[in-house]
Amino acid sequence: MKVLVPVKRVIDYNVKARVKADGSGVDLANVKMSMNPFDEIAVEEAIRLKEKGAVEEIVVVSIGVKQAQETLRTALAMGADRAILVVAADDVHTDIEPLAVAKILAKVVEEEAPKMVILGKQAIDNDMNATGQMLAALLGWGQATFASEVVVEGEAAKVTREVDGGLQTIEVKLPAIVTTDLRLNEPRYASLPNIMKAKKKPLEEKTADDYGVDVTPRLSVVKTEEPQGRSAGIKVGSVDELVAKLKEAGVV
Amino acid sequence: MAVLLIAETHGADLATDATAKALSAAKAMGEVTVLVAGQGIDGAADAAAKLDGVAKVLKADDAAYAHGLAEPLADLVVSLASGYSHIVAPATASAKNVMPRVAALLDVMVISDVSAVVDADTFERPIYAGNAMQTVKSSDATKVVTVRTSTFDAAGEGGSASVETAAGAGDKGLSAWVEDKVAESDRPELTSAKIVVSGGRGVGSEADFKIIEALADKLGAAVGASRAAVDSGFAPNDWQVGQTGKVVAPELYIAAGISGAIQHLAGMKDSKIIVAINKDEEAPIFQVADYGLVADLFDAVPELTEKL
Repeated sequence: MKVLVPVKRVIDYNVKARVKADGSGVDLANVKMSMNPFDEIAVEEAIRLKEKGAVEEIVVVSIGVKQAQETLRTALAMGADRAILVVAADDVHTDIEPLAVAKILAKVVEEEAPKMVILGKQAIDNDMNATGQMLAALLGWGQATFASEVVVEGEAAKVTREVDGGLQTIEVKLPAIVTTDLRLNEPRYASLPNIMKAKKKPLEEKTADDYGVDVTPRLSVVKTEEPQGRSAGIKVGSVDELVAKLKEAGVV
Repeated sequence: MAVLLIAETHGADLATDATAKALSAAKAMGEVTVLVAGQGIDGAADAAAKLDGVAKVLKADDAAYAHGLAEPLADLVVSLASGYSHIVAPATASAKNVMPRVAALLDVMVISDVSAVVDADTFERPIYAGNAMQTVKSSDATKVVTVRTSTFDAAGEGGSASVETAAGAGDKGLSAWVEDKVAESDRPELTSAKIVVSGGRGVGSEADFKIIEALADKLGAAVGASRAAVDSGFAPNDWQVGQTGKVVAPELYIAAGISGAIQHLAGMKDSKIIVAINKDEEAPIFQVADYGLVADLFDAVPELTEKL
Protein backbone atom coordinates (compact mmCIF):
# COMPACT_ATOMS: atom_id res chain seq x y z
CA MET A 1 0.00 0.00 0.00
CA LYS A 2 0.90 3.64 -0.36
CA VAL A 3 1.35 5.91 2.67
CA LEU A 4 1.17 9.69 2.66
CA VAL A 5 3.11 11.57 5.34
CA PRO A 6 2.54 15.33 5.70
CA VAL A 7 5.48 17.17 7.29
CA LYS A 8 5.73 20.72 8.62
CA ARG A 9 8.69 23.07 8.74
CA VAL A 10 8.80 24.61 12.22
CA ILE A 11 11.22 26.35 14.53
CA ASP A 12 13.92 23.89 15.65
CA TYR A 13 13.03 22.05 18.85
CA ASN A 14 16.12 23.42 20.63
CA VAL A 15 15.60 27.09 19.75
CA LYS A 16 13.81 29.30 22.26
CA ALA A 17 10.87 31.07 20.63
CA ARG A 18 10.86 34.86 21.00
CA VAL A 19 7.79 37.02 20.59
CA LYS A 20 8.03 39.71 17.89
CA ALA A 21 7.97 43.28 19.16
CA ASP A 22 4.76 44.06 17.25
CA GLY A 23 2.92 41.17 18.94
CA SER A 24 1.96 39.55 15.64
CA GLY A 25 3.63 36.26 16.48
CA VAL A 26 6.98 34.62 17.12
CA ASP A 27 10.11 35.83 15.33
CA LEU A 28 11.14 33.27 12.70
CA ALA A 29 13.50 35.39 10.60
CA ASN A 30 17.03 33.93 10.64
CA VAL A 31 15.99 31.24 13.11
CA LYS A 32 17.02 27.61 12.68
CA MET A 33 14.08 25.64 11.27
CA SER A 34 13.61 21.85 11.24
CA MET A 35 11.02 19.18 10.67
CA ASN A 36 8.32 19.13 13.36
CA PRO A 37 9.50 16.37 15.78
CA PHE A 38 6.13 14.56 15.73
CA ASP A 39 6.33 14.48 11.91
CA GLU A 40 9.80 12.90 12.08
CA ILE A 41 8.16 10.14 14.09
CA ALA A 42 5.49 9.85 11.36
CA VAL A 43 8.12 9.55 8.60
CA GLU A 44 10.02 6.97 10.67
CA GLU A 45 6.85 4.91 11.21
CA ALA A 46 6.12 4.89 7.48
CA ILE A 47 9.68 3.73 6.78
CA ARG A 48 9.40 0.95 9.38
CA LEU A 49 6.12 -0.22 7.84
CA LYS A 50 7.88 -0.28 4.48
CA GLU A 51 10.79 -2.25 5.93
CA LYS A 52 8.27 -4.77 7.32
CA GLY A 53 6.76 -5.14 3.87
CA ALA A 54 3.41 -3.59 4.74
CA VAL A 55 4.04 -0.47 2.61
CA GLU A 56 5.35 -0.10 -0.94
CA GLU A 57 5.61 3.64 -1.39
CA ILE A 58 6.00 6.63 0.95
CA VAL A 59 4.98 10.05 -0.37
CA VAL A 60 5.78 13.08 1.79
CA VAL A 61 3.99 16.39 1.41
CA SER A 62 4.58 19.80 2.96
CA ILE A 63 2.35 22.86 2.82
CA GLY A 64 3.79 26.28 3.53
CA VAL A 65 6.63 28.41 2.25
CA LYS A 66 9.06 27.43 -0.51
CA GLN A 67 11.76 26.73 2.07
CA ALA A 68 9.74 23.70 3.23
CA GLN A 69 11.56 21.98 0.36
CA GLU A 70 14.47 21.45 2.81
CA THR A 71 12.11 19.65 5.20
CA LEU A 72 10.95 17.40 2.38
CA ARG A 73 14.57 16.63 1.43
CA THR A 74 15.18 15.58 5.03
CA ALA A 75 12.22 13.18 4.82
CA LEU A 76 13.52 11.82 1.50
CA ALA A 77 16.95 11.33 3.06
CA MET A 78 15.37 9.38 5.92
CA GLY A 79 13.76 7.04 3.39
CA ALA A 80 10.62 8.52 1.81
CA ASP A 81 10.31 7.85 -1.94
CA ARG A 82 9.01 11.12 -3.35
CA ALA A 83 7.78 14.52 -2.26
CA ILE A 84 5.12 17.11 -3.01
CA LEU A 85 5.61 20.73 -2.00
CA VAL A 86 2.48 22.89 -1.88
CA VAL A 87 3.49 26.53 -1.73
CA ALA A 88 0.75 28.39 0.14
CA ALA A 89 2.61 31.37 1.62
CA ASP A 90 5.50 33.73 0.82
CA ASP A 91 6.32 34.99 4.30
CA VAL A 92 7.92 32.52 6.74
CA HIS A 93 5.69 34.02 9.45
CA THR A 94 2.47 32.92 7.74
CA ASP A 95 1.07 29.85 9.46
CA ILE A 96 -1.49 28.03 7.33
CA GLU A 97 -4.29 26.92 9.66
CA PRO A 98 -4.96 23.20 10.19
CA LEU A 99 -8.37 23.47 8.47
CA ALA A 100 -6.84 24.84 5.25
CA VAL A 101 -3.96 22.34 5.47
CA ALA A 102 -6.47 19.52 5.88
CA LYS A 103 -8.43 20.74 2.83
CA ILE A 104 -5.30 20.75 0.67
CA LEU A 105 -4.28 17.34 2.02
CA ALA A 106 -7.74 15.98 1.20
CA LYS A 107 -7.14 16.98 -2.45
CA VAL A 108 -3.69 15.38 -2.40
CA VAL A 109 -5.27 12.20 -1.00
CA GLU A 110 -7.82 12.21 -3.85
CA GLU A 111 -4.98 12.27 -6.37
CA GLU A 112 -2.58 9.90 -4.61
CA ALA A 113 -5.11 7.45 -3.13
CA PRO A 114 -2.96 6.30 -0.17
CA LYS A 115 -4.27 3.60 2.19
CA MET A 116 -3.00 5.47 5.22
CA VAL A 117 -1.97 9.01 6.12
CA ILE A 118 0.42 9.26 9.07
CA LEU A 119 0.81 12.70 10.66
CA GLY A 120 2.37 14.16 13.79
CA LYS A 121 -0.26 14.67 16.48
CA GLN A 122 0.63 18.34 16.75
CA ALA A 123 3.13 20.88 15.48
CA ILE A 124 5.37 22.44 18.10
CA ASP A 125 4.64 25.96 16.81
CA ASN A 126 0.87 26.48 17.01
CA ASP A 127 0.32 23.38 19.24
CA MET A 128 -3.20 23.06 17.77
CA ASN A 129 -3.34 19.23 17.56
CA ALA A 130 -5.93 19.27 14.79
CA THR A 131 -4.77 18.53 11.23
CA GLY A 132 -5.06 14.73 11.36
CA GLN A 133 -8.52 14.72 12.91
CA MET A 134 -9.70 17.39 10.45
CA LEU A 135 -8.37 15.47 7.46
CA ALA A 136 -10.13 12.32 8.70
CA ALA A 137 -13.38 14.29 8.94
CA LEU A 138 -13.08 15.76 5.44
CA LEU A 139 -12.32 12.34 3.93
CA GLY A 140 -14.92 10.49 6.01
CA TRP A 141 -12.18 8.14 7.20
CA GLY A 142 -11.58 6.57 10.57
CA GLN A 143 -8.88 8.04 12.79
CA ALA A 144 -6.39 6.62 15.27
CA THR A 145 -4.76 9.54 17.06
CA PHE A 146 -1.84 9.75 19.53
CA ALA A 147 -0.47 6.37 18.44
CA SER A 148 2.20 4.52 20.39
CA GLU A 149 1.97 1.32 18.31
CA VAL A 150 0.70 0.65 14.78
CA VAL A 151 0.17 -2.84 13.38
CA VAL A 152 -1.26 -3.24 9.87
CA GLU A 153 -3.43 -6.36 9.59
CA GLY A 154 -4.96 -6.79 6.14
CA GLU A 155 -7.62 -4.14 5.57
CA ALA A 156 -7.36 -2.69 9.06
CA ALA A 157 -4.77 -1.29 11.46
CA LYS A 158 -4.58 -2.09 15.14
CA VAL A 159 -3.42 1.07 16.88
CA THR A 160 -2.53 1.58 20.53
CA ARG A 161 -3.22 5.15 21.62
CA GLU A 162 -1.89 7.25 24.50
CA VAL A 163 -4.96 8.44 26.41
CA ASP A 164 -5.44 10.19 29.75
CA GLY A 165 -5.78 7.07 31.88
CA GLY A 166 -3.15 4.97 30.11
CA LEU A 167 -3.43 3.20 26.77
CA GLN A 168 -6.35 2.36 24.49
CA THR A 169 -6.21 -0.04 21.58
CA ILE A 170 -8.60 0.39 18.66
CA GLU A 171 -8.93 -1.20 15.26
CA VAL A 172 -9.46 1.20 12.41
CA LYS A 173 -10.55 0.25 8.90
CA LEU A 174 -8.27 1.27 6.06
CA PRO A 175 -7.96 3.79 4.54
CA ALA A 176 -7.37 5.65 7.78
CA ILE A 177 -5.59 8.52 9.48
CA VAL A 178 -2.96 7.83 12.14
CA THR A 179 -1.39 10.58 14.26
CA THR A 180 1.82 9.92 16.14
CA ASP A 181 2.67 10.36 19.80
CA LEU A 182 6.14 10.53 21.33
CA ARG A 183 6.57 6.88 22.20
CA LEU A 184 5.79 5.42 18.77
CA ASN A 185 9.42 5.18 17.70
CA GLU A 186 12.78 6.92 17.72
CA PRO A 187 13.40 8.53 14.34
CA ARG A 188 16.64 7.68 12.53
CA TYR A 189 19.21 10.15 11.36
CA ALA A 190 19.79 10.38 7.64
CA SER A 191 23.20 9.11 6.56
CA LEU A 192 25.39 11.20 4.29
CA PRO A 193 24.99 8.85 1.29
CA ASN A 194 21.22 8.95 1.77
CA ILE A 195 21.28 12.75 1.96
CA MET A 196 23.10 12.75 -1.39
CA LYS A 197 20.65 10.23 -2.88
CA ALA A 198 17.69 12.28 -1.62
CA LYS A 199 18.72 15.17 -3.86
CA LYS A 200 17.85 13.01 -6.87
CA LYS A 201 14.47 11.81 -5.59
CA PRO A 202 11.45 13.44 -7.27
CA LEU A 203 10.00 16.59 -5.69
CA GLU A 204 6.92 18.01 -7.35
CA GLU A 205 5.99 21.64 -6.74
CA LYS A 206 2.38 22.84 -6.54
CA THR A 207 0.47 25.79 -5.10
CA ALA A 208 -2.64 26.04 -2.91
CA ASP A 209 -4.41 27.53 -5.97
CA ASP A 210 -3.71 24.34 -7.95
CA TYR A 211 -6.00 22.60 -5.48
CA GLY A 212 -8.54 25.44 -5.39
CA VAL A 213 -8.28 25.79 -1.61
CA ASP A 214 -8.78 29.16 0.08
CA VAL A 215 -6.16 29.44 2.83
CA THR A 216 -7.53 32.65 4.36
CA PRO A 217 -7.28 32.22 8.15
CA ARG A 218 -10.41 31.88 10.25
CA LEU A 219 -8.59 33.07 13.36
CA SER A 220 -6.99 36.51 13.39
CA VAL A 221 -4.18 37.25 15.81
CA VAL A 222 -5.10 40.02 18.24
CA LYS A 223 -1.82 39.91 20.13
CA THR A 224 1.06 37.66 21.11
CA GLU A 225 2.82 38.13 24.42
CA GLU A 226 5.58 36.62 26.49
CA PRO A 227 4.03 34.38 29.14
CA GLN A 228 3.76 35.77 32.62
CA GLY A 229 7.06 35.16 34.28
CA ARG A 230 7.36 33.33 37.54
CA SER A 231 10.13 34.62 39.76
CA ALA A 232 12.50 32.30 41.50
CA GLY A 233 11.87 31.87 45.21
CA ILE A 234 14.45 30.90 47.78
CA LYS A 235 16.92 28.09 48.21
CA VAL A 236 16.53 26.10 51.39
CA GLY A 237 19.53 24.48 53.03
CA SER A 238 18.00 21.25 54.31
CA VAL A 239 14.97 18.99 54.27
CA ASP A 240 14.05 20.28 57.74
CA GLU A 241 13.99 23.85 56.47
CA LEU A 242 11.88 22.76 53.48
CA VAL A 243 9.38 21.00 55.76
CA ALA A 244 9.15 24.13 57.93
CA LYS A 245 8.51 26.35 54.88
CA LEU A 246 5.81 24.03 53.52
CA LYS A 247 4.08 23.96 56.91
CA GLU A 248 4.31 27.75 57.11
CA ALA A 249 2.67 27.99 53.67
CA GLY A 250 -0.07 25.63 54.85
CA VAL A 251 0.24 23.21 51.93
CA VAL A 252 1.14 20.12 53.96
CA MET B 1 -25.37 32.91 22.87
CA ALA B 2 -25.97 29.19 23.44
CA VAL B 3 -23.13 26.87 24.35
CA LEU B 4 -22.99 23.09 23.98
CA LEU B 5 -20.51 21.69 26.51
CA ILE B 6 -19.30 18.15 25.90
CA ALA B 7 -18.97 16.47 29.29
CA GLU B 8 -15.91 14.35 30.01
CA THR B 9 -16.72 10.85 31.22
CA HIS B 10 -14.68 8.04 32.75
CA GLY B 11 -16.54 4.93 31.68
CA ALA B 12 -20.13 5.51 32.81
CA ASP B 13 -19.18 8.19 35.35
CA LEU B 14 -18.95 11.94 34.93
CA ALA B 15 -15.38 13.26 35.17
CA THR B 16 -16.67 16.00 37.40
CA ASP B 17 -13.50 18.05 37.85
CA ALA B 18 -12.68 18.44 34.15
CA THR B 19 -16.32 19.03 33.21
CA ALA B 20 -16.90 21.58 36.00
CA LYS B 21 -13.75 23.53 35.06
CA ALA B 22 -14.73 23.63 31.38
CA LEU B 23 -18.19 24.71 32.52
CA SER B 24 -16.67 27.79 34.16
CA ALA B 25 -15.10 28.73 30.82
CA ALA B 26 -18.29 27.90 28.89
CA LYS B 27 -20.45 30.09 31.14
CA ALA B 28 -18.39 33.09 29.99
CA MET B 29 -19.59 32.38 26.43
CA GLY B 30 -23.35 31.96 26.99
CA GLU B 31 -26.11 29.71 28.32
CA VAL B 32 -24.78 26.19 28.74
CA THR B 33 -26.34 22.89 27.67
CA VAL B 34 -24.24 19.87 28.66
CA LEU B 35 -24.05 16.80 26.41
CA VAL B 36 -23.31 13.55 28.24
CA ALA B 37 -22.58 10.74 25.79
CA GLY B 38 -21.75 7.17 26.74
CA GLN B 39 -23.35 3.92 27.77
CA GLY B 40 -25.33 3.54 31.00
CA ILE B 41 -24.75 7.18 31.82
CA ASP B 42 -27.92 8.08 33.77
CA GLY B 43 -25.83 8.81 36.86
CA ALA B 44 -23.38 10.95 34.91
CA ALA B 45 -26.24 12.95 33.36
CA ASP B 46 -27.79 13.54 36.78
CA ALA B 47 -24.42 14.63 38.17
CA ALA B 48 -24.01 17.09 35.29
CA ALA B 49 -27.51 18.47 35.93
CA LYS B 50 -26.47 19.35 39.48
CA LEU B 51 -23.56 21.54 38.37
CA ASP B 52 -24.13 25.22 38.97
CA GLY B 53 -25.06 27.16 35.85
CA VAL B 54 -26.17 24.29 33.62
CA ALA B 55 -29.41 25.16 31.80
CA LYS B 56 -30.09 21.70 30.36
CA VAL B 57 -28.50 18.28 30.02
CA LEU B 58 -28.71 16.18 26.86
CA LYS B 59 -28.14 12.48 27.40
CA ALA B 60 -27.04 10.26 24.51
CA ASP B 61 -26.96 6.70 25.83
CA ASP B 62 -25.72 4.28 23.18
CA ALA B 63 -23.08 1.56 22.90
CA ALA B 64 -21.51 3.57 20.06
CA TYR B 65 -20.35 6.17 22.61
CA ALA B 66 -19.09 3.75 25.28
CA HIS B 67 -15.40 4.04 24.47
CA GLY B 68 -15.12 7.59 23.17
CA LEU B 69 -14.50 6.61 19.54
CA ALA B 70 -14.08 9.84 17.59
CA GLU B 71 -16.19 9.09 14.52
CA PRO B 72 -19.61 8.35 16.08
CA LEU B 73 -19.09 10.96 18.81
CA ALA B 74 -18.23 13.69 16.29
CA ASP B 75 -21.29 12.76 14.21
CA LEU B 76 -23.46 13.02 17.33
CA VAL B 77 -22.10 16.45 18.25
CA VAL B 78 -22.55 17.70 14.68
CA SER B 79 -26.15 16.41 14.62
CA LEU B 80 -26.87 18.55 17.70
CA ALA B 81 -24.80 21.58 16.68
CA SER B 82 -27.40 23.79 15.05
CA GLY B 83 -28.62 26.48 17.41
CA TYR B 84 -25.36 26.65 19.33
CA SER B 85 -22.84 29.46 18.86
CA HIS B 86 -20.15 27.59 20.78
CA ILE B 87 -19.19 23.95 21.22
CA VAL B 88 -16.84 23.53 24.15
CA ALA B 89 -15.00 20.67 25.86
CA PRO B 90 -12.21 20.30 28.40
CA ALA B 91 -8.86 19.76 26.62
CA THR B 92 -8.56 16.10 27.57
CA ALA B 93 -7.12 13.37 25.33
CA SER B 94 -10.64 12.30 24.33
CA ALA B 95 -11.82 15.82 23.46
CA LYS B 96 -8.59 16.54 21.56
CA ASN B 97 -9.42 13.46 19.51
CA VAL B 98 -13.02 14.46 18.78
CA MET B 99 -13.27 18.26 18.65
CA PRO B 100 -11.08 18.97 15.59
CA ARG B 101 -13.16 16.37 13.73
CA VAL B 102 -16.33 18.20 14.80
CA ALA B 103 -14.85 21.52 13.68
CA ALA B 104 -13.87 20.24 10.23
CA LEU B 105 -17.32 18.71 9.71
CA LEU B 106 -18.78 22.16 10.48
CA ASP B 107 -16.16 23.82 8.24
CA VAL B 108 -14.76 25.90 11.11
CA MET B 109 -11.40 26.08 12.86
CA VAL B 110 -10.90 24.47 16.24
CA ILE B 111 -9.43 26.65 18.97
CA SER B 112 -7.41 24.29 21.16
CA ASP B 113 -6.27 24.56 24.76
CA VAL B 114 -7.85 27.92 25.55
CA SER B 115 -6.42 29.45 28.74
CA ALA B 116 -8.68 32.52 28.93
CA VAL B 117 -11.97 33.67 27.41
CA VAL B 118 -11.61 37.35 26.45
CA ASP B 119 -15.09 37.60 24.94
CA ALA B 120 -17.43 35.30 23.01
CA ASP B 121 -15.23 35.46 19.88
CA THR B 122 -11.80 36.04 21.39
CA PHE B 123 -9.64 33.54 23.20
CA GLU B 124 -6.14 33.33 24.66
CA ARG B 125 -4.08 30.17 24.22
CA PRO B 126 -0.46 29.10 24.69
CA ILE B 127 1.67 28.46 21.61
CA TYR B 128 5.28 27.28 21.18
CA ALA B 129 5.09 25.02 24.25
CA GLY B 130 3.96 27.94 26.39
CA ASN B 131 6.79 30.23 25.28
CA ALA B 132 4.18 32.68 24.03
CA MET B 133 0.55 33.44 24.76
CA GLN B 134 -1.54 34.32 21.74
CA THR B 135 -4.97 35.96 21.66
CA VAL B 136 -7.03 35.07 18.59
CA LYS B 137 -10.39 36.26 17.34
CA SER B 138 -12.56 33.80 15.45
CA SER B 139 -14.60 34.79 12.41
CA ASP B 140 -16.35 31.41 12.26
CA ALA B 141 -20.11 31.05 12.75
CA THR B 142 -19.60 28.32 15.34
CA LYS B 143 -16.71 28.43 17.76
CA VAL B 144 -15.31 24.98 18.56
CA VAL B 145 -13.15 25.32 21.64
CA THR B 146 -11.20 23.07 23.98
CA VAL B 147 -10.39 24.50 27.37
CA ARG B 148 -7.19 24.12 29.38
CA THR B 149 -8.79 23.08 32.66
CA SER B 150 -5.84 24.03 34.89
CA THR B 151 -6.55 27.73 34.40
CA PHE B 152 -10.24 27.67 35.34
CA ASP B 153 -11.84 27.05 38.74
CA ALA B 154 -14.39 24.26 38.88
CA ALA B 155 -18.03 25.36 38.90
CA GLY B 156 -19.78 24.30 42.08
CA GLU B 157 -22.93 22.28 42.62
CA GLY B 158 -26.40 23.61 43.28
CA GLY B 159 -27.97 23.36 39.83
CA SER B 160 -31.10 21.41 38.99
CA ALA B 161 -31.21 21.30 35.21
CA SER B 162 -33.62 19.08 33.32
CA VAL B 163 -32.24 15.99 31.58
CA GLU B 164 -33.45 15.26 28.05
CA THR B 165 -32.65 12.33 25.84
CA ALA B 166 -30.80 13.05 22.62
CA ALA B 167 -31.22 10.70 19.68
CA GLY B 168 -28.04 8.92 18.60
CA ALA B 169 -26.49 9.64 15.22
CA GLY B 170 -25.57 6.08 14.31
CA ASP B 171 -22.21 4.43 13.90
CA LYS B 172 -20.58 3.92 10.51
CA GLY B 173 -18.19 1.41 12.06
CA LEU B 174 -15.00 3.08 10.83
CA SER B 175 -13.18 2.04 13.98
CA ALA B 176 -13.79 -0.41 16.79
CA TRP B 177 -12.66 -0.53 20.38
CA VAL B 178 -10.34 -3.42 21.28
CA GLU B 179 -9.15 -2.79 24.84
CA ASP B 180 -8.17 -0.23 27.44
CA LYS B 181 -5.06 -0.59 29.56
CA VAL B 182 -5.84 1.77 32.34
CA ALA B 183 -3.79 1.58 35.50
CA GLU B 184 -5.98 1.10 38.58
CA SER B 185 -4.81 3.43 41.28
CA ASP B 186 -6.04 4.74 44.61
CA ARG B 187 -4.11 7.94 44.02
CA PRO B 188 -5.93 11.12 43.03
CA GLU B 189 -6.20 11.93 39.34
CA LEU B 190 -3.18 13.91 38.10
CA THR B 191 -5.00 16.92 36.67
CA SER B 192 -7.26 17.44 39.71
CA ALA B 193 -4.88 16.50 42.54
CA LYS B 194 -4.11 19.10 45.22
CA ILE B 195 -0.51 17.86 45.44
CA VAL B 196 1.62 16.37 42.66
CA VAL B 197 5.02 14.74 43.16
CA SER B 198 6.96 14.33 39.91
CA GLY B 199 10.18 12.57 39.03
CA GLY B 200 12.50 13.17 36.12
CA ARG B 201 15.46 11.64 34.38
CA GLY B 202 17.44 12.01 37.64
CA VAL B 203 15.38 9.24 39.23
CA GLY B 204 17.31 6.88 36.98
CA SER B 205 15.08 3.80 36.76
CA GLU B 206 11.56 2.46 37.01
CA ALA B 207 12.47 0.71 40.28
CA ASP B 208 13.74 3.93 41.84
CA PHE B 209 10.47 5.71 40.96
CA LYS B 210 9.21 3.93 44.09
CA ILE B 211 10.77 6.67 46.22
CA ILE B 212 8.77 9.30 44.31
CA GLU B 213 5.62 7.21 44.76
CA ALA B 214 6.30 6.77 48.48
CA LEU B 215 6.43 10.55 48.98
CA ALA B 216 3.28 10.97 46.91
CA ASP B 217 1.43 8.35 48.96
CA LYS B 218 2.53 9.97 52.21
CA LEU B 219 1.03 13.26 50.98
CA GLY B 220 -2.04 11.75 49.31
CA ALA B 221 -0.66 13.14 46.08
CA ALA B 222 -0.75 12.18 42.42
CA VAL B 223 2.47 11.05 40.73
CA GLY B 224 3.82 12.87 37.68
CA ALA B 225 6.86 12.51 35.46
CA SER B 226 8.88 14.50 33.00
CA ARG B 227 8.97 13.54 29.34
CA ALA B 228 12.54 12.33 29.78
CA ALA B 229 11.44 9.93 32.53
CA VAL B 230 8.55 8.61 30.41
CA ASP B 231 10.68 8.28 27.27
CA SER B 232 13.27 6.34 29.31
CA GLY B 233 10.58 3.93 30.48
CA PHE B 234 10.78 4.94 34.16
CA ALA B 235 7.12 5.97 34.26
CA PRO B 236 3.96 5.28 32.20
CA ASN B 237 2.84 7.75 29.53
CA ASP B 238 -0.24 8.91 31.44
CA TRP B 239 2.00 10.39 34.15
CA GLN B 240 3.68 12.84 31.77
CA VAL B 241 3.37 16.48 32.77
CA GLY B 242 4.16 19.03 30.08
CA GLN B 243 3.01 20.71 26.91
CA THR B 244 2.41 17.40 25.14
CA GLY B 245 1.32 15.57 28.27
CA LYS B 246 -0.93 16.77 31.06
CA VAL B 247 -1.16 20.34 32.28
CA VAL B 248 -1.51 20.60 36.04
CA ALA B 249 -1.89 23.43 38.55
CA PRO B 250 -1.98 21.90 42.04
CA GLU B 251 -1.54 23.70 45.35
CA LEU B 252 1.85 22.05 45.71
CA TYR B 253 4.10 20.63 42.97
CA ILE B 254 7.25 18.79 44.02
CA ALA B 255 9.74 18.18 41.19
CA ALA B 256 12.53 15.73 41.98
CA GLY B 257 15.37 15.11 39.55
CA ILE B 258 13.68 17.27 36.91
CA SER B 259 15.91 19.77 35.13
CA GLY B 260 13.00 21.94 33.98
CA ALA B 261 12.87 21.90 30.19
CA ILE B 262 10.44 24.53 28.84
CA GLN B 263 8.22 21.70 27.65
CA HIS B 264 7.84 20.52 31.25
CA LEU B 265 7.47 24.00 32.74
CA ALA B 266 4.57 24.64 30.35
CA GLY B 267 2.71 21.82 32.09
CA MET B 268 3.18 22.89 35.71
CA LYS B 269 4.20 26.52 36.09
CA ASP B 270 0.72 27.59 37.16
CA SER B 271 1.07 25.49 40.32
CA LYS B 272 0.62 27.55 43.48
CA ILE B 273 3.81 26.43 45.21
CA ILE B 274 6.65 24.70 43.39
CA VAL B 275 9.38 22.76 45.19
CA ALA B 276 12.45 21.64 43.25
CA ILE B 277 14.91 19.02 44.45
CA ASN B 278 17.90 18.63 42.16
CA LYS B 279 21.60 18.11 42.69
CA ASP B 280 22.47 20.45 39.83
CA GLU B 281 22.16 23.95 41.24
CA GLU B 282 22.13 25.38 37.70
CA ALA B 283 18.99 23.41 36.72
CA PRO B 284 16.39 25.75 35.15
CA ILE B 285 13.68 24.30 37.41
CA PHE B 286 15.11 26.47 40.22
CA GLN B 287 14.16 29.60 38.25
CA VAL B 288 10.47 28.83 38.76
CA ALA B 289 10.64 27.10 42.15
CA ASP B 290 9.39 28.81 45.31
CA TYR B 291 11.57 26.52 47.39
CA GLY B 292 14.67 24.95 45.90
CA LEU B 293 16.76 22.31 47.59
CA VAL B 294 20.11 21.49 46.01
CA ALA B 295 20.51 17.88 47.08
CA ASP B 296 20.69 14.31 45.86
CA LEU B 297 17.08 13.22 45.51
CA PHE B 298 17.97 9.74 46.77
CA ASP B 299 18.78 11.33 50.14
CA ALA B 300 16.33 14.20 50.19
CA VAL B 301 13.13 12.51 48.98
CA PRO B 302 13.14 9.63 51.51
CA GLU B 303 14.03 12.10 54.28
CA LEU B 304 11.16 14.35 53.21
CA THR B 305 8.80 11.36 53.15
CA GLU B 306 9.84 10.52 56.68
CA LYS B 307 9.57 14.04 58.08
CA LEU B 308 6.26 15.13 56.58
